[in-house]
Amino acid sequence: MILAECRMKDEENMGEKPQSDPPPSLETDPAAGVEPAASFTEHGGLPSTDRPQSAPPVHKESAARPKIQVRGLNFFYGQQQVLIDNNLDVLPNKVTAIIGPSGCGKSTHIRTYNRIYALYREQRATGRIMMDGQNIMAGGVDLLDLRRRVGMIFQKPSPLPMSIFDNVAYGLRLHYKLSRGELHERLENALRKAALWDEVKDILNRPGTALSGGQQQRLCIARAIAVEPEVLLMDEPCSALDPVSTARIEDLIAELKKRYTIVIVTHNMQQASRASDYTVFMYQGNLIEYGPTPQIFTKPRNKQTEDYITGRFG
Amino acid sequence: MKARSVRRRHGLDLALKAFSGLAAFGGCFMLGWILLLLLGRGLGALNWDFFTKLPTPPGVQGGGLGNAIVGTLAITLMASLVGVPLGLLGGVFLAEFGRGTRLAAGIRFAANILMGVPSIIVGVFVYGILVKPMGGFSGYAGALALAIIMLPIVARTTEDMLRLVPGSLREAAMALGAPRWKVSFGIFLRAAKTGVLTGILLAVARVSGETAPLLFTALNSPYWNRFDSLPHLLGSFAQPTANLTVTIFNQAMSPYADWQRSAWAASLLITLGVLLVTLTSRFLIQRRGR
Repeated sequence: MILAECRMKDEENMGEKPQSDPPPSLETDPAAGVEPAASFTEHGGLPSTDRPQSAPPVHKESAARPKIQVRGLNFFYGQQQVLIDNNLDVLPNKVTAIIGPSGCGKSTHIRTYNRIYALYREQRATGRIMMDGQNIMAGGVDLLDLRRRVGMIFQKPSPLPMSIFDNVAYGLRLHYKLSRGELHERLENALRKAALWDEVKDILNRPGTALSGGQQQRLCIARAIAVEPEVLLMDEPCSALDPVSTARIEDLIAELKKRYTIVIVTHNMQQASRASDYTVFMYQGNLIEYGPTPQIFTKPRNKQTEDYITGRFG
Repeated sequence: MKARSVRRRHGLDLALKAFSGLAAFGGCFMLGWILLLLLGRGLGALNWDFFTKLPTPPGVQGGGLGNAIVGTLAITLMASLVGVPLGLLGGVFLAEFGRGTRLAAGIRFAANILMGVPSIIVGVFVYGILVKPMGGFSGYAGALALAIIMLPIVARTTEDMLRLVPGSLREAAMALGAPRWKVSFGIFLRAAKTGVLTGILLAVARVSGETAPLLFTALNSPYWNRFDSLPHLLGSFAQPTANLTVTIFNQAMSPYADWQRSAWAASLLITLGVLLVTLTSRFLIQRRGR
């Protein structure tokens, strides 16, 4: 029953919404009830409210309503503020890459999308993050359900200390009531989508830690997509992998965006330019520039972005 | 500028090496001495009767400490049944649920103090809260005293081992949308299992050699616990219960040569038992290292 409901919901989300919605001129987006993302910080974190035209052009070319709308997001580690008034629209079924020098707040930014930062008492965020029009920063949000909807892949492959089978089955059992047959079916499905099935189908009982680094990371991807999330967050998913494994994961990302909205943090600018549709440049806790990846990499409008991309700093 | 004498530094190095080596040797030497002494005096009295018979009055040949062996095993088992689960839960609270809170800091402090409390105090405490009101010594009181000693040891080792679970694994598990208790028990304890098991074994080894807390609680008995039926079994542990350590205490203090011999044998047995448990935990630690 539960499964059926979830599947229906997913199909609704995946299939209909993006196409059937009217092209959103952001100003008249009634469902979300959110003011336009006009306040990209151009310099030093001040919202450029006097220049509403500087809103990223992406909204006009895109036919879909943003999956995630970040508004006025601030983030604090204790007293120290590390994100300053972040505003961003993440479009559905696209890959959005976040680039920027170490310590600029890229990881911190996406760690608010599933509120994993809430594990730590001293970390705190203010502002709004609207996911399909619902503010996930609000008090009543069920974190367990949020984390089913928003999967996360970490920098370090982190298989759970159990068999390959149980690694993928863990999340499935957690969120769905499945018969043995259904469990196996969805498990195989997830492993196939993560391009790992052929390598592990005969060794499902081996511990997940016995796999190579690249395989472990694909196992983590399988584990994340098995529960049918809507958004996949990837926090430098390839930084611990060799080039061959990296290429496989990048191919996978291109495949996965058909079903999921993907936000990927990366240190690697080639990776951002290869694998993403949109790119965000962050610097010192501010979102500096956002646009279609080709534009960001060929004609960035901001001097800092240009300096970073051309390797003058960072 | 004149360089400091290299020779002097080498000399100091050598002296320190020698001293620390000597100290280490001293420790091992004592252990070896104790073992040799126990083997020499106790091995002769270890025979089949020792494991199967009741103690005899001084001067009467034969007899053994079967009841005390069974009693020690049973009291330690009961203590573990109480102390280990409570300790595990406490450790999970300290490391996961209470992490960073003042409450956890207070509990951790209390546990550290409790670990340092002399075991005889624990015995007197249980005497006051259980033996006195119940009107007599009992195996249950002994088990409770040992459980109280185990609790902080298990809790603190569990906490320390859970803290070693990498943050990346913690985040990965939580990011799947699992509730905290489920990840704590299903994943983190599993990831830390060898360390936690080692802590439990060390706690068992520690309490199985305790004498003072049992003097005030289980005392001792010349009889078997009854195993013929469950009510009898449960009833027999409500009575003073035989155990090896108090037996050693009584027999070693006695002027009778055959009792003293039996005390040596009991000492050997319990030392070997503790050694076995400790070696098992060492083995587990090593396996974890691989």
